[in-house]
Amino acid sequence: MEYEPVIGLEVHAELQTRSKMFCACPVVDATQAEPNTAVCPVCAGMPGVLPVINQRAVEYALRVALALECEIATHSLFARKNYFYPDLPKGYQISQYEYPLAQHGRLPIFTSAGERAVRIRRVHLEEDTGKLTHVTTPEGETYSLVDLNRAGVPLLEIVSEPDLFSVEEVRAYAMALRTLLRYLGVNSGDMEKGVIRFEANVSVRPKGSSELGTRVEIKNLNSFRALERAVAYEIERQSRLLSQGQPIEQETLGWDEANARTYSQRSKEEAHDYRYFPEPDLPPLVVETAWIDEIRAGLPELPHARRQRFIQTYGLSPTDASLLVGERAVAEYYETAVKAAPHLPPRMIANWVLGELFAWMNESGESIEQLKAGPEALVELLEYLQSGEINQTTAKAVLLEMLQSGGRAAAIINSRGLRQVSDAEALRALVAQVLAENPAEVQSYLRGKETLAHWFFGQVMRAVGGKANPQVLRAELERQLAELKARQTS
Amino acid sequence: MTALTDLTVHQALEALAQGQVSSLDLTRACLAQIERLEPVLHAFITLTPERALAQAEAADARRAAARHHPDEPLPPLLGLPIAVKDILALEGVRCTCGSRILETFVPPYTATAVQRLLDAGVVVVGKTNTDEFAMGSSTENSAYGPTRNPWDTERVPGGSSGGSAAAVAARMVPAALGTDTGGSVRQPASFCGVSGIKPTYGRVSRYGLVAYGSSLDTAGAFARNVADVALLFHLMAGHDPLDSTTLDVPVPPIELPAEPDLRGLRVGVPREYFIGGLQPEVEQAVRQAIAVLEALGASVHEVSLPHTEYALPVYYLIAPAEASANLARYDGVRYGLRVESDALWEMFRRTRGQGFGAEVKRRIMLGTYALSAGYYEAYYGQAQKVRTLIKRDFEVAFEQVDVIAAPVAPTTAFRLGEHTEDPLAMYLEDVFTLPTNLAGVPGLAFPVGLDGRGLPIGMQLMGPHFREEVLFRVAHAYQQVTDWHLRKPPLL
Repeated sequence: MEYEPVIGLEVHAELQTRSKMFCACPVVDATQAEPNTAVCPVCAGMPGVLPVINQRAVEYALRVALALECEIATHSLFARKNYFYPDLPKGYQISQYEYPLAQHGRLPIFTSAGERAVRIRRVHLEEDTGKLTHVTTPEGETYSLVDLNRAGVPLLEIVSEPDLFSVEEVRAYAMALRTLLRYLGVNSGDMEKGVIRFEANVSVRPKGSSELGTRVEIKNLNSFRALERAVAYEIERQSRLLSQGQPIEQETLGWDEANARTYSQRSKEEAHDYRYFPEPDLPPLVVETAWIDEIRAGLPELPHARRQRFIQTYGLSPTDASLLVGERAVAEYYETAVKAAPHLPPRMIANWVLGELFAWMNESGESIEQLKAGPEALVELLEYLQSGEINQTTAKAVLLEMLQSGGRAAAIINSRGLRQVSDAEALRALVAQVLAENPAEVQSYLRGKETLAHWFFGQVMRAVGGKANPQVLRAELERQLAELKARQTS
Repeated sequence: MTALTDLTVHQALEALAQGQVSSLDLTRACLAQIERLEPVLHAFITLTPERALAQAEAADARRAAARHHPDEPLPPLLGLPIAVKDILALEGVRCTCGSRILETFVPPYTATAVQRLLDAGVVVVGKTNTDEFAMGSSTENSAYGPTRNPWDTERVPGGSSGGSAAAVAARMVPAALGTDTGGSVRQPASFCGVSGIKPTYGRVSRYGLVAYGSSLDTAGAFARNVADVALLFHLMAGHDPLDSTTLDVPVPPIELPAEPDLRGLRVGVPREYFIGGLQPEVEQAVRQAIAVLEALGASVHEVSLPHTEYALPVYYLIAPAEASANLARYDGVRYGLRVESDALWEMFRRTRGQGFGAEVKRRIMLGTYALSAGYYEAYYGQAQKVRTLIKRDFEVAFEQVDVIAAPVAPTTAFRLGEHTEDPLAMYLEDVFTLPTNLAGVPGLAFPVGLDGRGLPIGMQLMGPHFREEVLFRVAHAYQQVTDWHLRKPPLL
């Protein structure tokens, strides 16, 4: 029997506000800052202190919720989620439970099968926990260190419906969400810093069935790679079990990256009872409709809308459009370039951005904002290419130098004398000269070895240092060779 | 001349303003009284004499300097010695909450209610005894030993703010701060013959008040008359950006008329508060006090608060539920007691097992149970619904009357050990004080008599949300024509 997976994702995204969710401590880069330097009595859970909601975090959450086309609750409620762990200073996490900030949204995803909307179940605010580092000394002694810098950092939980049916869709959804968060300026998307974390609910069922199978929850997936591999592993494992007639256990799983397999953390019976109850220290979170409208009006053009527009306005392929809008800065670079040079074909500019610039960024590690060649500089270069003053090869070489030195195309081309010889008169003389200097090859050509035309082409190119306009040169060479042929027959 | 320790807050401030006494004199007198009576009463967990004397000296210096600048107003309580319940944080002074688990905990912050009084110029002489985490009605649940009642040292001072009430009654300080989650200011005020306010929930910041039942906890004050209490209350009250549950409503100055006149005032007497189990002398004293209010021009009306009998079960679900979460932070990881073990969970267990007393453990378990999956709706959820009905009772009653007058506790102070074996009997001590906490309305307790054993009897006035000034006006009128608040414990 063939099986089909049904997957829902819970995405935890840190909101990169200046201060924490419930206190004035700064939000610091957890991978850089000295441990426990961004901590105060509130986020350390000292006796008698109280949380105060960070308004900016609510604003960021609303941006995301609105971009996901959610219904916003004008009244939502914080609750306490109770459990003991050394990284949880209060012994409970303040989170939203029964009454989340937003519900019923959608996010379009693009896969090889085309575009489809994934339904969003809910979007709610909570606080992050601290970080534990487990240490084993050379003597074999083990202990754990607690860093509370991350404790209390605003966290947005975005929960999808079980609307994903393949690893490809899981990836597309996760990527689309990351792109969206970055567009909205609420999260850096730096996966290696743990600012976005995934949990996947995975079940499988016989293909064509409309019932849901028993699901497992895979926790703590901190990279796209881990997400994809863990989901793929689970689909495979569950399908195998079902085909052998064995049941799936409802349980919570961890992902063992080194051994590329999931492992059981908790069975259904061992599931935590979090004893949620409304947080008495915080009044209901009330968001005024006028504020919601203001935030909605301030949203940037969102990735899927921009992608559609790029396809329609600039005639780009869906793939190229996706690649360009994947990062807001890239899309903006591209569009600035297009607007700076209305007579250049937008697809030509797209090719250069996605080809040469992406290759350079990959190699150098620079972001598009760091490039020494901005969009205006790029199109200046492309105009030389378009007019035929330089050829493709020269253009690539010039761009490389622009990216290395920050020089402009005109200066590089002029100082190196790279301007292409397009002048038909000049090329006529050069072609005539090459043919005159190589009588034996001309004879072979006339006897039928026509491939020698390429050799003559190369000889002329070499004579001008590669700067001949190839179209003009080819036309002139063909004309002179045809003339010789005609003379021979007559 | 009266002894310095007999001065009320208003008298002490007047004497300071007139230059008749210095803050140092007052503070030394308080410390001397504490030294004399503390071995008998044990009202304090931590004394801060050096800090207090330094504050007093600074206050005197400031007052002296101000003589050259008569236009600049001085802080209103400059140089006044007070005591603070050891549930409210004071930066740099350990805050035990009456518990072993916080024996060594020194907060790096000060509770807003305390800070506002510090800003007003008070001198803090020490942190007073309390039932562990404010859970109790006798101050016997303190890990540091019980406080005794100055009126009869074989009896309890009430609780949980028993240390503060006893300290004020014994003239160790003219005023003290307490907290009231289910009666913890009013009942000890009643047992010790002093006046005490439980403000409207949301009126005084809870920041730095170590949480027990977060939706019920309030910070209040004790003094020997209601005019003094009103002064402290007024300075403590008001919106605090650090406590989102404080309301941004104005705190009007409390005008206490010179002439006692209660004409036009409607006093409600709730029939559910005069029930079997009420000590006859308590009922008699309270009814007499109501007659005094009537004689001052008030009209008296019977009212009904029909859900009163449910207040006790509702309270003992909601407060422990919140406590079970509030006390989860005491895990030995970051501060306070840690009992070491090789394994994490064993460290948690030992720390909490040894750090908490029996009553605290009882309430944590009660609350954990009430919140558990499968029981939440039947217990916590149901309790919240009934809480709404109790709140509604008060709203309906306050459509008919301006204040409600009732006994504070069913009995006068009981003997040490009398209820310690029977938690339920202890819980019943709070039947008359719990409803105000559940409804969030203010309550003011003050003495209205002595029973046959010479033990103080207290009455409480309850009012609508944020109408504390009415309670103060009525009680002040009463104290202008009676002298129960001037009686001294025989110990003195």
